[in-house]
Amino acid sequence: MAPPEAAAAAPPEDTDPAVPPAVLEAIGVGKRFPGVVALDDVSLTLRQGEIHALVGENGAGKSTLIKVLTGVHRPDSGELRLHGQPVSFARPYEAQQAGVSTIYQEVNLVPLMSVARNIFLGREPKNRLRLIDFPRMHREAAELLAGFGVTADVRRPLGSLGVGTQQMVALARAVSVQARVVVMDEPTSALEPREVETLFRVIGELHSRQIAVLYVSHRMDELYRICDRLTVLRDGRLVHTGDLADLDRMQLVSMMLGREVAEVRRHGVTGFGEGHRADREPVLTATGLSRRHQLDDVALQLHPGEVLGLGGLLGSGRSETAKALAGALPLDSGTVTVAGRRLRRLTSAAAIRAGISLLPEDRKAEGVIPGLSVRENIVLAAMPRLSRAGVVSRARQDRIVEVFMKRLRIKASSPEQKVGELSGGNQQKVLLARWLCLEPRVLLLDEPTRGIDVGAKAEVQALVDELAQEGLAVLLISSDIEELVEGADRLVVLRGGAVAGELTGDRVGEAELLEVLAAHGPGAGGGTSGDTAPDEAAEEEQG
Amino acid sequence: MKSLTSPRPAAVPADAPPAAAAAAALDRQRIASLVQRQGVFAVLLAVVLVSSFVFPSFGTLDNARGVTVQASFLSVVALGMTLVIITGGIDLSVGSVFALGGVLAAWASQYGLLPALLLPLAVCGAVGLLNGLLIARAGMAPFIVTLATLLAARGLLLSLTHEGATTYLVPRGSAFAELGQGTLWGFGYPVLIAVALFVLGGVVLQRTSFGQALFAVGGSADAATLMGLPVARTRVLVYVLSGLLAGFAGALNAARLSSGVTIIGVGMELDAIAAVVIGGTLLVGGAGSVSGTLWGVLLLAVIQNLINQIGSLNSSYQSVVSGGFLIVVVVAQRYLARARLTT
Ligand SMILES: Nc1ncnc2c1ncn2[C@@H]1O[C@H](COP(=O)(O)OP(=O)(O)OP(=O)(O)O)[C@@H](O)[C@H]1O
Ligand SMILES: [Mg+2]
Repeated sequence: MAPPEAAAAAPPEDTDPAVPPAVLEAIGVGKRFPGVVALDDVSLTLRQGEIHALVGENGAGKSTLIKVLTGVHRPDSGELRLHGQPVSFARPYEAQQAGVSTIYQEVNLVPLMSVARNIFLGREPKNRLRLIDFPRMHREAAELLAGFGVTADVRRPLGSLGVGTQQMVALARAVSVQARVVVMDEPTSALEPREVETLFRVIGELHSRQIAVLYVSHRMDELYRICDRLTVLRDGRLVHTGDLADLDRMQLVSMMLGREVAEVRRHGVTGFGEGHRADREPVLTATGLSRRHQLDDVALQLHPGEVLGLGGLLGSGRSETAKALAGALPLDSGTVTVAGRRLRRLTSAAAIRAGISLLPEDRKAEGVIPGLSVRENIVLAAMPRLSRAGVVSRARQDRIVEVFMKRLRIKASSPEQKVGELSGGNQQKVLLARWLCLEPRVLLLDEPTRGIDVGAKAEVQALVDELAQEGLAVLLISSDIEELVEGADRLVVLRGGAVAGELTGDRVGEAELLEVLAAHGPGAGGGTSGDTAPDEAAEEEQG
Repeated sequence: MKSLTSPRPAAVPADAPPAAAAAAALDRQRIASLVQRQGVFAVLLAVVLVSSFVFPSFGTLDNARGVTVQASFLSVVALGMTLVIITGGIDLSVGSVFALGGVLAAWASQYGLLPALLLPLAVCGAVGLLNGLLIARAGMAPFIVTLATLLAARGLLLSLTHEGATTYLVPRGSAFAELGQGTLWGFGYPVLIAVALFVLGGVVLQRTSFGQALFAVGGSADAATLMGLPVARTRVLVYVLSGLLAGFAGALNAARLSSGVTIIGVGMELDAIAAVVIGGTLLVGGAGSVSGTLWGVLLLAVIQNLINQIGSLNSSYQSVVSGGFLIVVVVAQRYLARARLTT
C-alpha cells in the first residue's frame, strides 16, 4: 500500500498540454428502475488513451452507467457520443461493433463451453469452407492466454477453472477484440495479487496503444496506481470528475461517502479494533487434513474469541482448508473436533449442525437466489433456527433483517426487493448477512469484503471484530494483506497445501508474512487449485 | 498514467501444481465427457450384439432395414428437438406438426412432388416461427407456448380432415410416394435422408457460429447477450428449424404410408425428448450432440423391435423399458456433469 500522498505528489508523466480527444461520452444521462433513480443527469467523458476510474459506494450507479454506455440498458434521458457523434446502442453487440469492449461485473462467459470457444464466441476463426477452424482457434486461444499468465488447457470447460482464471479469460476475450475503449467493471474483485499484476501489465499495454480504459474498483490503492482521471458517483448523481492526482485518499473516500474528511480520518483505515482475549480451550481442532494434491497434513486450532488469519498465495490451500473444515471438500484423511466432539462424518450438514458456517469464496456461483427477496435471502440458512414446530416467526425475521440491512448498509428499496435487482456489492452484503445471522460458533470467512465499498468494508470488519469480541471463533482469509494483518490476532501461513509457519502476537505483520511466504523460494510446494500457475503438462500440449 | 511496476515486492510466484495432478484431472474430465457423449452408442452396440445372438430373426438385414426406416421419422423430429433443447428450450408441438405436415403433404401430392414438400414446410415453418417469436421476442415460457401450438396444430389438422373423416391419399407410383418407399442399396430413402440431415446437423452444430451460439444461449443466455450474440434471433431460428424438420418428417412418413393420417404423432414429442436426453443432451441446455440423439432414437427403436420379437410380451412394456433407460441416463448424467466440472 503506497501512501496516497506519495502517489499524489509524484509529477504526472503526461505533461502534454493538448487534451486528448474524447472517445466515448455520456451527456446528462438518466436511468430509473421501478422505485429507484439509478442515474440522474450523469455525464462522463472518456478520452483517448486515458485510464479513467469510476468510483462510488455500492449501489451508486457505476454498473448502471456502464450498461447504459454499452447498450445493455437504454438511457431514459441524455445522450451518448462516440468520437463526438451521437450514438445509440440497441444491444451490447452494437457497442462491440463500434469498438467498445466490456467486462461486466456479473457473469461474462458460459461455464459449460470450453475456454477457447468462450474467447472466440461470435467471431470464430473460419477455414476455406466457412467452417470453424478448431486447431487454429485452440492455438490462438492458448497464445492469447499465455500473455495473461494462464496456461490451462483451452479445451477444458471454462467452469472447471478457478474463479480468478475465469476472470482472466474474460479479460483476454475483451482485450483481444480490436477495441478502442475497454470497460472493466470490478475486474480485480475475483483476482489474486499476482493476477492483478498481470492485469495491470495488460492495462499498461492498452494505455500505450492509446486505448481508453474505464475502470471500476473499490480498492483505492489500485486506483492510485493506474488511473489518470476519475469520476465519482453518489446515489446516482455525479459528484466529481477530474484528475486523480488532485485528490488524496481521504478526500476521495469522503467524496464517495459524502462525509467530512475529518470524520473519515477518525474512522481509520480498516474497521478492526485491538486484539481480542481468546480462550485457552480451542473450540475447533483440526488435525491431519489431507487431500491428494491439495492439502497435506494441515492442522490448526481455533479459539473462541479470536480471529485466526490464514495467509498464503494463490493455490496454497487456504480456501481448500476452509472448505474442508466446513465439510465442503471431501478429504482423504483428517479429523475435525468441535467443542470436544469429533465430527464422525465430515459433511456440510454435520459441520453446520456443529456450528461451523462458511462464507464461500466463489460467490458468483454459490451465491444469492436472484428471484427471492432480500429478506428471504438473508434468513434462508437461519430458517431452522428461527422456526418453532415448522412455523417461522415473521417478526423475528424482520428484526434480524432490519439489523443487518442497517449495519451492512444494504441499499435496497425495501426488504422485499428482489436481490437480483441490487447492485453487485449489495448482493455480496446480503450473502454475508446470511452467514452472519446464523450465529455460528465458528465462522469461516473466505474473502468477506470482496466487491464491497470502502465504507461498508470498515463496517464489515468492525462486525467481525465485534463477533469475535462476543466469543465467536473466526477464520479469516483475505488476499488484501492489510485486511488480513490488521484483522487477525494470529496468522497461520500455508504453502503448497501445508502449514509453513505461524505468526502470533507482535509478529503478526505484513513484513513477517512476506518473509514466511518467501522463505522457501518460489515454486516449492504442490497445490493444485491455481490454474494460472505454470503448468508443464498444459504447456507441452500446446507445443 | 502512473508507473505500472509494483510498489511492493512483486508477489512470490504461486505454488505450481504438480503436472501429474493436472493431467489426471484432465483425463477424468475427458473420460467423463466421452462417456457423456458416446455412452449411449456403447449401450446400443451392446444391445444389438447380444440380441443378434439371442434372437436369430433380429440380426437379419431385413430386420435392420425395417428398424431403421421405422426410426428415421422420429430421428428427424428428434434432430430439431436436440437443437431446441441445447438452447435450454423445449418444443412440445412437434407431434402435432408432424401429423399436420403429413396431411398437408398427402393433400398437395396430387399436384406433384414439389408442392407436396413445400406446402408442409411452409406451414410447419410458420408454426415454428410463431413458437419462436412468442418465446424469444415476447418472452413467454417455451413449455406453455409449444403446448398451445400442440393443441392448435392438432385442431387445425382435425378441421382439415373433417375430424379425420377425410383421408388424402398419395397418388400411387408418384415421385412423392417413391420418396417414402424407394430404396437405394437396400436402404429406404427416408433412412438415407435422415442420415444426411444428421451429418448436416452435426456440422452446423459443431462447426458454425450458429451452432456455437446455440450452446451459448443454453449455457447462459445472460452471458450470451452480454457477449453480443444475437440471442433472440438464434432462439427464433431454432424453433423454425424444429418446425421445419418435424413437418418434413411428417411429409416423409405420409409418402411412406401413401396417405396423411390424422391420428398419427400423438405423444411423439415425448419420444423425441426421451431420445434426446438418452443421447446425452442436457435437458437444462448448454450441452449435447446430434450423434447422441441418433443413437438414442435407434436404441428406442431397437427396444421396441426386441419386444415385438419376443412376441409374448405386451408391447406396452416398451414404454416401461424406455422409461427405465431414461432414468438411468438422467442419473448418470448428473454424476458425469459433476465429474466434468470439478478439478
Ligand atoms: N435491473 C434492476 N432493477 C431494479 N433496480 C436496479 C437494477 N439494476 C440496478 N438497480 C438499482 O440501481 C442502483 C445502482 O446500481 P448499480 O448496479 O449501478 O450500482 P454500482 O455502483 O455498480 O454498485 P456496486 O459497487 O455494488 O457494484 C441500485 O440501487 C440498484 O438496486
Ligand atoms: Mg456494480
